[in-house]
Amino acid sequence: MIAFLLKRTANAVFVMLAVALLAFVIFRFFGDPVEMMVNEQATLQDRIELRERLGLNDGFVTQYTRFVTNAVQGDFGISYRNQQDVMVLIKERFPATFELVLVATVISLVVGIPAGVITAVYRDSRLANILQLGSIVGVSLPSFVVGILLILAFSVSLGWLPAFGRGETVDIGWWSTGLLTPSGRAALILPAISLSTFQVTLVMRLVRAEMLETLRADYIKFARARGVPARRVQWRHALRNCLMPVITLTGMQIGNLIAFALVTETVFQWPGMGMLFIQAVTFVDLPVMAAYLLIVSFIFVALNTLVDITYAWVDPRLRDDTARGDG
Amino acid sequence: MEKTASMPTDTTLPPPRPSRLSRLRESDLWYSFRAHPSAIFAVALLALVAVTAFLAPLIAPQNPYDLAALVLWNSEIPPIWDAAGQWPFVLGTDTQGRDVLSAVLYGSRISLIIGFSSVMLALVVGLTLGLIAGYFGGWIDNVIMRIGDVLLSMPFILIAILITAIASASLPTGLKDVLAAPILIFAIAVPSWVQYARTVRASAMVEAKKEYVQAARLIRVKSWRIMLHHILPNCLTPIMVAATLNFGLAILSEATLSFLGVGMPPDQPSLGTLIRIGNQYLFSGLWWIVVFPSVQLCLIVLSVNMIGDWLRDALNPKLR
Repeated sequence: MIAFLLKRTANAVFVMLAVALLAFVIFRFFGDPVEMMVNEQATLQDRIELRERLGLNDGFVTQYTRFVTNAVQGDFGISYRNQQDVMVLIKERFPATFELVLVATVISLVVGIPAGVITAVYRDSRLANILQLGSIVGVSLPSFVVGILLILAFSVSLGWLPAFGRGETVDIGWWSTGLLTPSGRAALILPAISLSTFQVTLVMRLVRAEMLETLRADYIKFARARGVPARRVQWRHALRNCLMPVITLTGMQIGNLIAFALVTETVFQWPGMGMLFIQAVTFVDLPVMAAYLLIVSFIFVALNTLVDITYAWVDPRLRDDTARGDG
Repeated sequence: MEKTASMPTDTTLPPPRPSRLSRLRESDLWYSFRAHPSAIFAVALLALVAVTAFLAPLIAPQNPYDLAALVLWNSEIPPIWDAAGQWPFVLGTDTQGRDVLSAVLYGSRISLIIGFSSVMLALVVGLTLGLIAGYFGGWIDNVIMRIGDVLLSMPFILIAILITAIASASLPTGLKDVLAAPILIFAIAVPSWVQYARTVRASAMVEAKKEYVQAARLIRVKSWRIMLHHILPNCLTPIMVAATLNFGLAILSEATLSFLGVGMPPDQPSLGTLIRIGNQYLFSGLWWIVVFPSVQLCLIVLSVNMIGDWLRDALNPKLR
């Protein structure tokens, strides 16, 4: 187990170093940092001094090592666009994205799990067919189209819900939350639904597949033979055994949701990390782009590694590397 | 796949080889296709979209790229069923007098071409690298698969955005618009080849150890020939399903990138660009500018996904 733990962690560290290398190359070689930072009137002397001060004359490896060391300590440099510390900018925006992703995840579980059970248990009923059709439509609808259609229906036509922004927020320490005010909660509804559409169908399909398999198991037949009510067997005995893969999927998808939140944030003008990133892309604000890439990939890799390790802990067969199909 | 042809009674004559068409009509796949109305519907829908998209220059009422054809007093006309609607603008016009139907047809063409080309590029790269990795193994396998690991450790959409962003930042303005489509194709293909490579590598590793491959090696068949003619055909089924589903994903990704403003420029709009433009008029009551491109995009992706789902079930030997 310890060997597996070490191996898996070393693998994650290697992947992160490679992502950091990519971020570093983007940051360092697409656009000259000095030209981005000085103003028009700066003399050649100023530029040479700044270049020396930033350490841009050092060797590649030295610069890369410095980049990684700084990144580990949360120092991603200064944004070219508004001359602020990148980490401060991201810290300011992180709560908005996190709350959006959290609520979208909750929606996906609350809607996806029952829908999956229903489609599995009442396989050929009309409701199950409608839900199945809904799931394939859900996978095919781009999240920004869902967002636009929701705005068109609930904001423009009906005027029920706000179409952009985060509403009022309350600060708890450095964390600003929109969950505690009525306008904050109202503003969260449409973006969260639009972000969760894809996820709902994913959870639903997984639960359905797992349930179909579990319902054939012997212990389910025994429970039925013993006279346990069908509903209790389905929703308690069977469903419980389907939840582990759902938890895994949810964990692994959080990284994807954070990345996909940037689309939703653009549609709803949601002041999160994704909007920050898209603005950085438009202005070629390389330090912000590099920092976002590193942070999102880190969350992604960390969650995947955690899931793998948990699995190996629960199921010893997976510790043997040869048993894993994907190598 | 195909049912064996019935043995002829007269053994002196070799049975005529059935034509391709009749072999297709005898196949299980064709049978399954006819038994699934949703598959027929999806193929018909996709065919309709593709034909109208590629015939756009012939059937569209207007050339949306020709600025001279746009007449400003024809702007903001609602769809034809509205009281203020005007012929020939069936789906209305945008704020510059551009016919929405024509824009949707031309936009679909761009979206379909980019989606298809990126899947093809990813397929060629993925199959080649996967075969090499699985057949030869060793350090080259390690290098290829590690690169794949790194790509898979970043969210798909993020890689695509970074590539388009960096490309457009480092290219001069004139070249940027000309190369927009190739850049998008490349940006979508980069994160998607890994899946094909992994699938092919897994079966190539298994096949490479089998006796027929050893025998082929003994009679000095060239490595590339063994890979292409003996190993590749054995793993085409899962690849075909993955490629179909990825075609939908590629169209979706292209639309997302264009919507975010890092894709096709407004003077050669794809469906995503049209939705991005229409999104600006969401609050001014001009709903048709954004709704029709959105509907078309959803129809394309929906039909591709339905075909992919059906193929996955039809080609799965466990479900037969």
